[in-house]
Amino acid sequence: MTTCRNNGSAARLSACHITKSFDGVTILDDVSIHLNEREIVSLLGVSGGGKTTLFNVISGLMKPDSGQVFLNGNEVTGQAGQISYMLQKDLLLPYDSVVDNVALPLLIRGAKKEEARAQAAAHFEEFGLAGMEYKYPSQLSGGMRQRAALLRTYLFSDQVALLDEPFSALDTITKGEIHRWYLDVMDRIHLSTLFITHDIDEAILLSDRVYILAGRPGRIAAEIAIDRARPRDREFTLSEEFLRYKRQILESMGMETKK
Amino acid sequence: MNKKADRVISKVAPLCLISAILILWQIASSTGLVPGYMLPSPISVVKALINDAPLLADHAKTTLTESFLGLSTAIVMAFVTAGLMDRYLFLEKAVYPLLVVTQTVPTVAIAPLLVLWLGYGIAPKVVLVILTCYFPLTISLLTGFANADKDAINLMRAMGATRWQIFWHIKLKSSMNQFFSGLRVSASYAIVGAVISEWLGGLGGLGVYMTRVKKSFAFDKMFAVIFLICFISLALMKLVDLLEKKTMPWKYLKENGEERY
Repeated sequence: MTTCRNNGSAARLSACHITKSFDGVTILDDVSIHLNEREIVSLLGVSGGGKTTLFNVISGLMKPDSGQVFLNGNEVTGQAGQISYMLQKDLLLPYDSVVDNVALPLLIRGAKKEEARAQAAAHFEEFGLAGMEYKYPSQLSGGMRQRAALLRTYLFSDQVALLDEPFSALDTITKGEIHRWYLDVMDRIHLSTLFITHDIDEAILLSDRVYILAGRPGRIAAEIAIDRARPRDREFTLSEEFLRYKRQILESMGMETKK
Repeated sequence: MNKKADRVISKVAPLCLISAILILWQIASSTGLVPGYMLPSPISVVKALINDAPLLADHAKTTLTESFLGLSTAIVMAFVTAGLMDRYLFLEKAVYPLLVVTQTVPTVAIAPLLVLWLGYGIAPKVVLVILTCYFPLTISLLTGFANADKDAINLMRAMGATRWQIFWHIKLKSSMNQFFSGLRVSASYAIVGAVISEWLGGLGGLGVYMTRVKKSFAFDKMFAVIFLICFISLALMKLVDLLEKKTMPWKYLKENGEERY
């Protein structure tokens, strides 16, 4: 079980003893997770298991029934606009050019349009979006759209990001490409990331630690550290080590594996 | 290739039908099947249209001014009320039924009252145009605001956006599609509204001209005005289309066959 770390600890982000119910049904029961500086941590669980609810609480869109959220040691429970959040859909606005979409968090913070555009455009190269500035989202492929959405998330906060199944809508090949790109970018931009996934392989490949949210109501069933240096290549996904992690995760999710 | 052929057909087909109707009509008139005092031939209508062109242009100017003033006022009012109704739920619940009720009052019934209250000038016409255009515009905007993507709004909230920023970036922009379909309807309503209110008395305008030529049984001129009104309405709708394309370039991307990157 995770110990709750708040003031005085090194954790960038921590959610402590979060409990949340809807209409008398408890969705999350005493869930505590934390995210350290520069870490990529994934939250793995079955659909409808309360993962998105936890993210809504952490991002401040929802208030928990009990429990607290800390960002850099300061309490931010129920305060929206502190932690960047990328939702399941890319949610690029169809009526704005890609650069204006990406610059949205800067505009919200009060930047002038030209400033915001320039600041956003400066990152296009790094995110593999060069030349796409004045295209509309409908002209971009699925992978490109996810990159743009991630850049928008990054421009909101270059410290902590919550990603809710960011790559789940992509086909396997695009997914593989974007995983490699993602790990590469993450090494350069030092964003601490907490992401939701229901894809076990994705969780092992991308994360430093994996939390398993299981049961009804949802509880943290296990916390598994993936001790493999990044960047990780495709070989890793085919290794014995990888399979051991996979077995460990499946078992802690309550799924029997044949020995 | 096929698409091109499709496009040609969709343009040519209606033209064929219209020409056929006009030819039949002309034949019916010239052979004396229908007497000229009941239904003037297309050629005599066109002649009337040409002969009266300067006079018609003058009257059209009055009607267009009234329509334009009324329509633009209605647009502003629609944006303000729809915006307020979206912001304050109580206001929406209170005002919406009233809006529907006002829409059931027949235009022809209020027009004489407006003349009574506001005189023979331009004012009652503009007010009538406002009354006819305001409702479809407001409803289309309200629908647009209500249909804005909830997830996009949540994303904006997570980014710490204010209500106004959410309104501006999400609700307003995503309702443009709805707004333009409302505007297309309203543009033709505006002309018809102005003409109807001119029937009931006024100093100029196509409606005034219409009542005059009707009283002198100049049916060719009567038809000439009707044609002109149709033409103006169509031109206005076309203008709305152009405006829509200018305002929403993203909507027309796929039609241009642009590739995805």
